[in-house]
Amino acid sequence: MTISLHYAPITVNDVDESIGFYRDALGLTVRGDVANGGFRWVTLGSDDQPTVEIVLSQPHAGRSEADGDALQELLTKGSLGPIVFASDDVDGAFERLRESGAEVLQEPIDQPWGPRDCAFRDPSGNTVRILQA
Amino acid sequence: MHLTCLRRARDLMDRDFALPLDVPTMARHALMSPAHFSRSFREAYGETPYGYLMTRRIERSMALLRGGATVTDACMAVGATSLGSFSSRFHELVGQTPSQYRAAQHAAVVAMPTCVAHAQTRPQPRGLKAQRHPQQSTIREAVAVTAA
Repeated sequence: MTISLHYAPITVNDVDESIGFYRDALGLTVRGDVANGGFRWVTLGSDDQPTVEIVLSQPHAGRSEADGDALQELLTKGSLGPIVFASDDVDGAFERLRESGAEVLQEPIDQPWGPRDCAFRDPSGNTVRILQA
Repeated sequence: MHLTCLRRARDLMDRDFALPLDVPTMARHALMSPAHFSRSFREAYGETPYGYLMTRRIERSMALLRGGATVTDACMAVGATSLGSFSSRFHELVGQTPSQYRAAQHAAVVAMPTCVAHAQTRPQPRGLKAQRHPQQSTIREAVAVTAA
């Protein structure tokens, strides 16, 4: 039996705006784009890791109005957990994201516990951290 | 937009806590008047902007003290300008003086990545606690030690 990570969901306010961040600035490839009931689910992955995908979806997709509102508020406040990527060139990835206009949370630094990393907000307010592979 | 502006102001505090930030500066960053900013921030995050900033500074100073910094150096490094008010705020949030905290054991926190320690050891500001127990108020760290 094998077990591996396949989909990692990320809640975003605006899917198109988020594609600009995750595809154009971060460098992922769009692998799927599905619409249902007024909502969209877009999957993206890295060419370096063919079996893992992030799934962008909106706060109200598949939730009650109240739950969607609550999730959207947490998202926009920046209170949801981070997603962490790795790169063999964290400084290059940082420059590329910064030039795209992404909100910088932290320039690349060598962390006391080991890795060099940097952090951004995605357009919705998710923390996106990138560490040196 | 409103919450986005508040988030940006909070990110500014997380990032530039060591600079002489004040509420008018942060409010400008959030594109709000100081009064509206303070009220809105408190509604969104459960504490005042200045309270959040000081809690962030104390949390960072805890990391420096765990690393062996002197109390004065830790105080100045996090942007607090008065050792007296820093120490009393520290004691209020942490339940120990900075010197006592510096001398204590921190095995679990040292093993955590900084971003995790940031969240896990963040002192709980007044008002967010259901009940204030001086012995437990800051025991987020002690809980981590027990669990490790």
